[in-house]
Amino acid sequence: MRWLFLCAVLVFLLCCFVFWDIASKGFGVVSLEFLLTSPRKGMTEGGIFPAIVGTIYVSLVTAVFVIPFGVATAIYLSEYARDTWVTRLIRAAIRNLAGVPSIIYGLFGVAIFVDGLGMGPSLLASGLTLGLLTLPYVVAAGEEALRHVPGSYREGALALGATHWQSIRTVVLPVATPGIVTGVLLGLSRAAGETAPILFTGVAFYLRYVPSSVWDEFMALPYHLFILATQHHAIHQVRPLAYGTALVLLGFVFSLNLMAFWVRKKYSVYGQQ
Amino acid sequence: MKISATRADKLATVVFQFSAWLSVVVLAGIFTLLLYNGFKAFDRIRPQEFFLGYTWNPSGYSAPHYGVLSLLGSTLLVTCGAMVIAIPLGIGTAAYLSESAPPRVYQILKPVIELFAGIPSVALGFIGITILSPVLAHVFGLSNGLIALNGAILLALMALPTIITVSEDAIRAVPKTFREASFAVGATRETTLWRVTLPAAMSGIITAVMLGFGRALGETMTVLMATGNALAFPGGFFEPVRTMTAAIAIELGETAQHTTHYYALFAVGALLFAISLLVNILSETIARRFRYSQS
Repeated sequence: MRWLFLCAVLVFLLCCFVFWDIASKGFGVVSLEFLLTSPRKGMTEGGIFPAIVGTIYVSLVTAVFVIPFGVATAIYLSEYARDTWVTRLIRAAIRNLAGVPSIIYGLFGVAIFVDGLGMGPSLLASGLTLGLLTLPYVVAAGEEALRHVPGSYREGALALGATHWQSIRTVVLPVATPGIVTGVLLGLSRAAGETAPILFTGVAFYLRYVPSSVWDEFMALPYHLFILATQHHAIHQVRPLAYGTALVLLGFVFSLNLMAFWVRKKYSVYGQQ
Repeated sequence: MKISATRADKLATVVFQFSAWLSVVVLAGIFTLLLYNGFKAFDRIRPQEFFLGYTWNPSGYSAPHYGVLSLLGSTLLVTCGAMVIAIPLGIGTAAYLSESAPPRVYQILKPVIELFAGIPSVALGFIGITILSPVLAHVFGLSNGLIALNGAILLALMALPTIITVSEDAIRAVPKTFREASFAVGATRETTLWRVTLPAAMSGIITAVMLGFGRALGETMTVLMATGNALAFPGGFFEPVRTMTAAIAIELGETAQHTTHYYALFAVGALLFAISLLVNILSETIARRFRYSQS
């Protein structure tokens, strides 16, 4: 059984090494100035403020799209759907959507949102593309959360004369909310770290101003890291800035993750993990 | 005027059903769109050239070539390489976590792996450039470490959390009585794991591997950054390669809309989509079949 232990140790060390490398080399770069100023001198100096704001904005657009649609789909599947071919089709679609490569969402976003609906490369187009990408995760988490609400709760509400919708709104949803929030946060953390879907749908190399509407292009942390790591004319000179960007990106993504774990832990009831 | 409760109830039903259909519409939309745009490529490229051509060189000086085999070969090379690394490591770790990890160790390992699952692919690609590339170049005496092997190692890292988490659940789900029965007839822990627990968990483990495979197959940024992106047909793990995902990511930005090249990239996307759908469906079928044959 020793080799099992060795596997685990190797995996653990690899994971830790990646975290440690980014954290140790990025730590010295990240300062208040780095977080709150724009890049200067062809991105060889200055901070990453517009990229941080862009990532927050695009995550918000994603959330505005994915929360209502994801939760509504989860409610339908868990509370309304009977086992018909329609339900099976919907479930199969969701399962398969979760396995679609992110670059394919990018192609879809270009063809539908950017060109088809004439949004052009914009926050809105990118946010919607990322929304589609996170939809299956939010639906799966939402359904799981709703399923853990005991049936007796629904029966209790119905017995008091509530309609189906009233019982969902006043009894089932409030109990399932922590699970749904966990799923949404995990989905958003994934969306915030994605690069491929926003590559052609709205992210920009460099902008002097933060976007002022959803029709503007934006800078984003993952794309900024990509640029600094591969496309910059002075790659070695900007390496510290790239490490700083990587650390901030990881910090952003992981704080969404940790928030999700925290919500799950704090509000877990009925043996939900 | 307030809507009556019954009317609100009916309205809610309609709204929810409408939302649920969205996923189907999106999947169908992706499918149709890729096929529609992909097929347009075949107005200008002969299908034989696309599916059987070894050269992908859309901006070739004399004549552009659109042979998808070099991209497909690169994708398979990198993905399969990743699986060779990730499958033993992943299953080994999963077995350790579920069978023999002391609770203290478990409480450290598990969160680290869970957190690692959330690492953005672009950050791993960055590590591939800064750390792994010089190491590989040094170890194998190459001028440049941005090669297929680099991508394979990084993709293995990306696929590991998925494989570990799903296999661990599968191994854990094997009833305790199976192991006890095996111990009772005198089998060691090692034999029990190999001959009883792992075979019993096989459907879940296969699902885990397929999910990891699917994840590695569609990964874009890591391979784009770490594998060098050479256009030639892949010559092995020590050559730079350009995968299907990387080709789309690099070339779509510099291609004018509605050109042959533009549609060819959609055709590549359609092929990638078809492969990942196939992997998905296959994993579900295998999982289901194994489950039945056991009971």
